[in-house]
Amino acid sequence: MEDTFKPKIIVFCCNWCAYAGGDLAGISRYQIKPYFRVIRTMCSARVDPEWIMEAFRLGADGVMVAGCHPGDCHYIGGNYRTRRRIALLRSLLSQFGLNPQRLGLAWISAGEAEKFAMTINDFIERVTKLGPSPYRTSAADAEPAGLVKEGADV
Amino acid sequence: MPSRPVSSRRAQMSEKIKIAIAQGATCSGCDIAVLDLDVELLKLFEVANLTFAPLATDVKYKDVEAMDDGEITICLYHGAVRNSENEHIAKLLRKKSVIMVAYGACAAFGGIPGLANVTTKNRILDTVYDDTATTVNSEHTRPQTHYVSPEGHELELPELYESVKALDDVIDVDYIIGACPPTREMNVKLLGVVLDFVQGKADLPPKGIILASERTLCDECPRQKPDKVFIDEIKSVDYTELDPDKCFLEQGIMCFGPATRAGCDSKCINVNMPCRGCMGPTAAVLDHGASCLSAFTSILKVSGSESELPEEEIEKLMAKMRDPLGTFYRFTLPKSLLQRVVKET
Repeated sequence: MEDTFKPKIIVFCCNWCAYAGGDLAGISRYQIKPYFRVIRTMCSARVDPEWIMEAFRLGADGVMVAGCHPGDCHYIGGNYRTRRRIALLRSLLSQFGLNPQRLGLAWISAGEAEKFAMTINDFIERVTKLGPSPYRTSAADAEPAGLVKEGADV
Repeated sequence: MPSRPVSSRRAQMSEKIKIAIAQGATCSGCDIAVLDLDVELLKLFEVANLTFAPLATDVKYKDVEAMDDGEITICLYHGAVRNSENEHIAKLLRKKSVIMVAYGACAAFGGIPGLANVTTKNRILDTVYDDTATTVNSEHTRPQTHYVSPEGHELELPELYESVKALDDVIDVDYIIGACPPTREMNVKLLGVVLDFVQGKADLPPKGIILASERTLCDECPRQKPDKVFIDEIKSVDYTELDPDKCFLEQGIMCFGPATRAGCDSKCINVNMPCRGCMGPTAAVLDHGASCLSAFTSILKVSGSESELPEEEIEKLMAKMRDPLGTFYRFTLPKSLLQRVVKET
């Protein structure tokens, strides 16, 4: 099973650090397993917890949020909020029956291409070991719950 | 329901509309909420006959089955859908009613019964029929949907579902009214909507959530709110002397006003109790619990310099919040994105 299992992983990257780091990783030709999809947000704190829930509902096996190092947030304190949310979200997700390790959090600066590649590879390996998400079966015929409307609470 | 038939009124009887109040998995608090209309009830009964209301009238399902489709003008369905009888009644009354209202938090979002989605049908039955201290059930009997007694009588019982659902998960619903239970003011407004429709004064409002605001409860909360709120420590409402004029969050009490739809006239707030979220989320939100979580984590104060705190300290701080699922999703678990708890194999 583990040899054939190809996880689906969503990685939310902040525009200023993690996404630039990922960009550099691509330019530098670091090898990363192809099981992740990147969604760019302006800040890691822009990632609404309900997006993470929605990703799991639609069958993601793992979700990672990547942002600037603590203290380096482009918006001064966004990543501190992210850190708290992810911490509480992990305990909420474990109540939902998901292994909290399926929710990753990483701090990657714009220059850390190698760290980006390593972090994603490690996360893919971790999720591959965990196997398919238990929400996958019910997600087989799930449709996106409609786009988040304008003016949605961040 | 006692009425005083006056001969002149009797002539109009046939023009009266028919209303129904149906029950699902409910505590019947919503029935009481309708009764709370008191003198306004007289206005209601001037234009309407209560044709189906198991709590107030002697009526059988076969009486409803005998009705024509669309014979009932408006049906208020309260309670969640968690067994085959609930679903049958919902579908039956949908067919017989012109307007179907998901009335109250349980019908609208699953409500308190919806918290059964944290466990499974079998575990619920095990608890009820075996594990409780006062139960003696040496044969481990479980309720059957079909039973034939030794005398040959056949008995059908509804089947308990694995998951609790909201009303609009099983039928098409015209209007959704949140709150646990809907307030008297909401009922008076609803009565106004029905009266205007019956008397041809106004059209019905568009489908969807009605009698509620598009904004959050904080927007209409009468308490003094500071510009920035920080919670130093989460306190229990049972053991804290509360200032009736100050924001609950400022006093360390969990209040879900920032993430909950307004329209309840701040009933709980006015009697010095924090919001628990029974009006559900605003239209822009897909998942009420995630919205509550977002609001809550942003205001919990992190002592010391946050940047120097290692990740484990943050986890410890957040672990102070016990049972996030039950607290954030108190009324909305079946309508959340993940809907129910699963078990990782």
